[in-house]
Amino acid sequence: MQFFSDNLPLLRDAFLTTLGLSLLSGLLALVLGTLLAAMRVSPVPPLRGLATFYVETFRNTPLTVVFFFIIFGLPQIDFVVSFFVGAVVSVGMYTAAFVAEALRSGINAVGPGQAEAARAIGLTFGQSLREVVLPQAFRTVVPPLGNVWIAMVKNTSIAAGFATTELAATLPRLANANAGDILLILLAVVVGYMLITVPSAYGIHHIERRVAILR
Amino acid sequence: MRITRHVAALAVLSAGVMLSGCSSDAGNQAEQAASNAPAVETAVEFPAGSTMARLSDAGKITIGTKFDQPGFGLLNPDKVPEGFDASVATLIAGKLGIEPSDITWVETVSANRESAITEGRVDMVVATYTINDKRKQLIDFAGPYYEAGQDIMVKKGNPLAITGPDALAGKNVCSVEGSTPAENIRTKYPEAKLTLFDVYSKCADALTNGQVDAVTTDNVILTGLVAGNPDGFELVGKPFTKEPYGIGIKKGDDDFRTFINDTLEASFEDGSWAKAWDATAGAISGTPAPTPPTVDRY
Repeated sequence: MQFFSDNLPLLRDAFLTTLGLSLLSGLLALVLGTLLAAMRVSPVPPLRGLATFYVETFRNTPLTVVFFFIIFGLPQIDFVVSFFVGAVVSVGMYTAAFVAEALRSGINAVGPGQAEAARAIGLTFGQSLREVVLPQAFRTVVPPLGNVWIAMVKNTSIAAGFATTELAATLPRLANANAGDILLILLAVVVGYMLITVPSAYGIHHIERRVAILR
Repeated sequence: MRITRHVAALAVLSAGVMLSGCSSDAGNQAEQAASNAPAVETAVEFPAGSTMARLSDAGKITIGTKFDQPGFGLLNPDKVPEGFDASVATLIAGKLGIEPSDITWVETVSANRESAITEGRVDMVVATYTINDKRKQLIDFAGPYYEAGQDIMVKKGNPLAITGPDALAGKNVCSVEGSTPAENIRTKYPEAKLTLFDVYSKCADALTNGQVDAVTTDNVILTGLVAGNPDGFELVGKPFTKEPYGIGIKKGDDDFRTFINDTLEASFEDGSWAKAWDATAGAISGTPAPTPPTVDRY
């Protein structure tokens, strides 16, 4: 127990970093992903093409490579961000592609009659998306979005290799200083992640039950 | 129009990926492996039941070392580590009558060295392994066979005039998460702002980009980084800690430890230790072999 009392501040700060990184990245991914999904169903071909290109690029690029580009690539063109902001941008932009795809499947699940009726009563494309299609789409895709969120929380661990001291970064630090306590260290870090993901899973399940569309 | 935008984006992306390829060019030590292979003993006799007898009879040994450290243990194109650590390990294997080709090399990174020994996955670890009391509770160390020291690497010309660890106050200094040098800075120079990556090559990239002001770790590692980019980096060259590198073996195997210590002392005497240095780390740093350390038979 000596180990825990010695290292609690480090573990607590690392946990808060992981939590903050997850929440900020998640927010960015949700906003950007919704925008991308809207672009992909828009009537403007260049917008559709751009969104498709973005989604395919980020979905097929390993997150580590995205990080490398943001952290070490951008400074080469004089665009320096702090390491934490770089981590938020990397995880957020990467996850946005997955949010967009989940949401697009939800949009496809909304009956075509809904959109047609919305247009028929004089709503613009933007209004029918905002008022009619997207609310129903979101309600359909709570479970897949929940999966994306939980995967993203774990993906934030890539930031450990890019100068952000989050939970996974404490593993080598603690392991090198306390070689005899490796199992305790692993346990502490895993519990840290579970403190975020397990309540998330319950929350997602609860929201799903509340908003599910009865068909 | 859309095509060109895609191409441009791809070009920028691939440039970012290529940046990761700028590791040091210090692996050009092919000549040492062939000509400087230490002598392999032929008629060896060891007390029955000892680790030496077991390894010698089997005719093979498993050794843990670094695979990414120029001058000490860097994997060559043939997937064999080259460097001072690898040479010292090969020298010890030779005294057991084991050919270099019968050595199984295993990568041991800083965080898994103790467990590799305690779980018996390797027979010994020679991997820029600093001897300290906490580690001695789990394993035993033969040696030291080299004494390194923590130093600082800065941009060529030292624009910020960083002359030592005290000058790091308020500066961004880069090291690797989980390393002894990082811990040193954290505890002894809390004024310095630490940036921690998982490998030193990223620290070098960050220094090039100006995201950090200095890189700190053992001087032998920094020497390898400077050799990879002599026009971009330089070493402050004033080591401020003592890092005795030892050879890790299973705890309580005193016969094996004594045998390795005897072998090291003999190599200090007959010049094979200095020869190994000149062919590896010495060739990179351009420094002659230092005075051998005194083996600690605790």
